[in-house]
Amino acid sequence: MRFVDEFRDAAVIGKTAEEIRRLADPARQYRFMEVCGGHTHAIYRFGLKDLLPPSIELVHGPGCPVCVLPMGRIDDGLAMTAEEGVTFTAFGDMMRVPGTRGSPLEYKARGADVRIVYSPADALRLAEKNPDRHVMFFAIGFETTAPSTALTLMRAKARGIRNFSVFCNHVTIIPGIRAILDSPDMRIDAFLGPGHVSTVIGCRPYEWIARNEGKPIVVSGFEPLDILQSVLMLLRQLGDGECKVENQYKRVVPWDGNRAALAAIAEVFELRNYFEWRGMGFISQSALRIREKYADWDAERRFSVPGIRVTDPKAAQCGEVLKGVLKPAQCKLFANECTPERPVGALMVSSEGSCAAYFNYEHRKTLTQIAVPA
Amino acid sequence: MSTAAPRLRFRDAQIEMAHGAGGKASRRLVEGLIAPLLMGSAAGPLTDAAQVAVNGTHIAITADSFVVKPLRFPGGSIGELAVNGTVNDLAVSGAKPEAMVVTYVIEAGLATESLEAEVRAMADAAARAGVAIVGGDTKVVEHGKADHMYITTAGIGLPLPGLTLSARSVRPGDAVLLSGPVGDHGITILLARGELDIEAGLTSDTRSVWPFVQAVAAAAGAGLRWMRDPTRGGVATSLNELARDSGCSILLREDRIPVRDAVRGACELLGLDPLHIANEGQFLAVVAAEYADRAFEALQAAGCGEAAIIGEVREQPAGTVLAATGYGGTRVIDMLVGDPLPRIC
Amino acid sequence: MCLAIPAKIIAFAPGEESRAMVDVVGVRRYIDTGLLADDPPRAGDWVLVHVGFAMSKVSEAEALDQIRILNALGEDDAARQEAEGYGDRAELESS
Repeated sequence: MRFVDEFRDAAVIGKTAEEIRRLADPARQYRFMEVCGGHTHAIYRFGLKDLLPPSIELVHGPGCPVCVLPMGRIDDGLAMTAEEGVTFTAFGDMMRVPGTRGSPLEYKARGADVRIVYSPADALRLAEKNPDRHVMFFAIGFETTAPSTALTLMRAKARGIRNFSVFCNHVTIIPGIRAILDSPDMRIDAFLGPGHVSTVIGCRPYEWIARNEGKPIVVSGFEPLDILQSVLMLLRQLGDGECKVENQYKRVVPWDGNRAALAAIAEVFELRNYFEWRGMGFISQSALRIREKYADWDAERRFSVPGIRVTDPKAAQCGEVLKGVLKPAQCKLFANECTPERPVGALMVSSEGSCAAYFNYEHRKTLTQIAVPA
Repeated sequence: MSTAAPRLRFRDAQIEMAHGAGGKASRRLVEGLIAPLLMGSAAGPLTDAAQVAVNGTHIAITADSFVVKPLRFPGGSIGELAVNGTVNDLAVSGAKPEAMVVTYVIEAGLATESLEAEVRAMADAAARAGVAIVGGDTKVVEHGKADHMYITTAGIGLPLPGLTLSARSVRPGDAVLLSGPVGDHGITILLARGELDIEAGLTSDTRSVWPFVQAVAAAAGAGLRWMRDPTRGGVATSLNELARDSGCSILLREDRIPVRDAVRGACELLGLDPLHIANEGQFLAVVAAEYADRAFEALQAAGCGEAAIIGEVREQPAGTVLAATGYGGTRVIDMLVGDPLPRIC
Repeated sequence: MCLAIPAKIIAFAPGEESRAMVDVVGVRRYIDTGLLADDPPRAGDWVLVHVGFAMSKVSEAEALDQIRILNALGEDDAARQEAEGYGDRAELESS
């Protein structure tokens, strides 16, 4: 696969890993936070931790939009299926996330019309083809995904498709990073920036992290070579006493972001005053809602929903794991009451949540040295 | 029989879709409720087919059910799946498929030509596989109570002499062979549902694997330890079951696992792992190291041009399947809870 | 939020300037190129696709450059210095 396989080349990966080992100061312990759930997933999927020296620890941050979605919002979305003729559509990531009375797939098993879509455009097309049904799209994601939802709403309005609405749960990444940095227990040396969010917002929004917080940040792609090169760039900055924003993912991330995508977001959405992030509490100006001029397509206005706040059990230590203070295995519920099959807290519900990723990919690798054949 | 059953481990209040997906939830249901009640303490590791002795003659027997949407898809239909699936369960238990019976549960309102197409498909598939369909049953249920048609089967076969196939026969050092590329069937079905609007020119790999099993059995003889056809849940599920049942570890070489470009592309696009995707015309075989090359060559000679030795059995970490990435790291390959779902994150 | 893959634009839907058929090793789907309206892609271009929308064009030049730099690691000092200076160049270009 072009633009993929080149970044998974074993020989180049070997060289890059070797350079990391050369540059890493063995007397120092590095803690790099990767903010994006996609990075968490890639790190495990490609076994990248095995390639790094023990002095480098990769800490998983809160950039998992499924993980930070409060259970009450899932309940609200699912409540809409109680109305006659409603089709509930969402990305596959949402389908097994438990609400108070079950997950979307469980609602489907009980007779609700629940469908997986790959794109919000597919949800709109479903509405077009089924005028007798109302299609509601449960929108999640950070700034990577918000422009696509926005453009879809603009198209719905332009084409006069009225049997379509969006339940908007888009969140923004910068307040999430800010919350991490504001946390008193935080011990992060540098950041791997979210590469795909950055195709939309560019690299400028991270400048305050370097300037005000004194933490280097490298905007990183998702292939093994991207992540390894980003680690290399962070090591070099730290070694040289530098602190700035760098763009590793230059083949797709423009420094100034995507103007048209940002314009679409501004056209359709506005910032909520505050929004709850599961495991992190209420964060101000951290989420999007649909503007008045698109009110007819706003599921939150069209449907009346319970709007009940659901809190996680106190024993779930998601917040501390999200901030990198605890490792997944250090939470008392990990692998006992809380498993991917029966998730209790935020980080187990999505396969890219730190706890789920760790559970699925790592924790049964014991300390036994695994001699990998050459 | 049920009076001897211990308190059941399965405590879910109701049965969900995940319990039928072939993954962890399915296993919990079967091991925690069904097997203990039906088979009591005699229930050993779950296998594709069971062996019973009737007046001293050993017979392999299996049952299967087929629920697929859409009924027809590129490369096959539910009828073919029903025949090949039954034949393959017998084949990977080391038995020559001999005969099967079939039941149709038909939704009222189904067009006769749909039923006829499936029955013809089964007749053709049975002829190709060399198995006789000797009887069955038909029921019709109300509209809405079956997705057009459900098919269930039972099949019997004659075990090949000299084979002791069991997870408990597997030893560290054994080789893991795979007959061909993974994921063709599951991705074909996923795309054929039409909800994702993706075209890939893929077809289901449904076929009888009996000729290939014969070839491997002839080449490896007593060195053939265990086989399985990785249907729902994919290679990952089958190998996890092996790791658990054998108490060993499996180490795969990710770069040796055959997968078609289009399957790989669809998986990358949808965030799926080919190792979790269903196959209907492939099988896994664990073979003692000294027979591995011979078995591999026999597989190729029999027509499995894309067969590969994909890994080996190890001692540690016990009960776990690992994959070496090809550039120095490893990752755990786990069973899924339910069906694999596309993701965007 | 992060699953996006590079895909090649094969053709545009007749009469629709924002609807393009893309191909990834033989897998094909229609996507929306509306987010790239400022600099619309053409058939033959590679774009990064996320949830059925093109997010940006993929620069072959940057991709090749990255691999070249990484490949030169561990060779000689000049190459190493260039690799270590990679970040500087990025900042220079962007400011």
